[in-house]
Amino acid sequence: MEVRVQTEDFDIAAEVLKLRRGNPKIGAVACFIGLVRDMNENATVAEMTLEHYPAMTEKALRGIVEEANQRWDIMDVLVVHRVGALKPMDQIVLVVVASAHRRAAFAACEFIVDYLKTKAPFWKKEKNEKGTRWVEARDNDDDAAQRWH
Amino acid sequence: MVNLVYFARLREAIGINSEEVALPQGVHDVASLTQWLRRRSKVWDKEFAPGNKVRVAVNLEMAEQSTGVADGDEVAFFPPVTGG
Repeated sequence: MEVRVQTEDFDIAAEVLKLRRGNPKIGAVACFIGLVRDMNENATVAEMTLEHYPAMTEKALRGIVEEANQRWDIMDVLVVHRVGALKPMDQIVLVVVASAHRRAAFAACEFIVDYLKTKAPFWKKEKNEKGTRWVEARDNDDDAAQRWH
Repeated sequence: MVNLVYFARLREAIGINSEEVALPQGVHDVASLTQWLRRRSKVWDKEFAPGNKVRVAVNLEMAEQSTGVADGDEVAFFPPVTGG
């Protein structure tokens, strides 16, 4: 189980290979990649800057991964979250879950993304043609996390 | 002393990243700390007004209004998170 916060981009193929490490017991790998879109609430996004709470971020991510590990029969997890200045089409976050069978991998991957979006201390600031603004949290993200309770 | 840290919109509105404060008499949890900060200055009063969603973490764990605050703690204030 690994969590990383970094400014650099990530390579999904290399990350998945590393996670599998030639382990023949892994029968399924589910991946999620979050990307910067070029439009948000009718404004053209030029840049997205991600701020976080360095002392707390990895601890929060580890807590989420640990909870997924308790709920599902999974073999390994990788979470990579980028911070700093990003542009539309850039990769923001990667969640990879390996398990023996697909159901646990799909479910745990979705759970980790839902929890990360509502519980990990990251904030997005968007630059568009009108200026800059902090992205507001969405109620439907809270609803998505709530359904796992 | 407690270390207060601010993030995102709150950090910009308040104008500082962090500050060390001596815990005043009667401040023992998140609710009483928030009340004291609001009384201390107009900016805090505005930012912490009911209706402005402010989340709190004490010693790197998400906290509630009733979470205890003691000498040596780090208390973080920030808007609802928007990562992912």
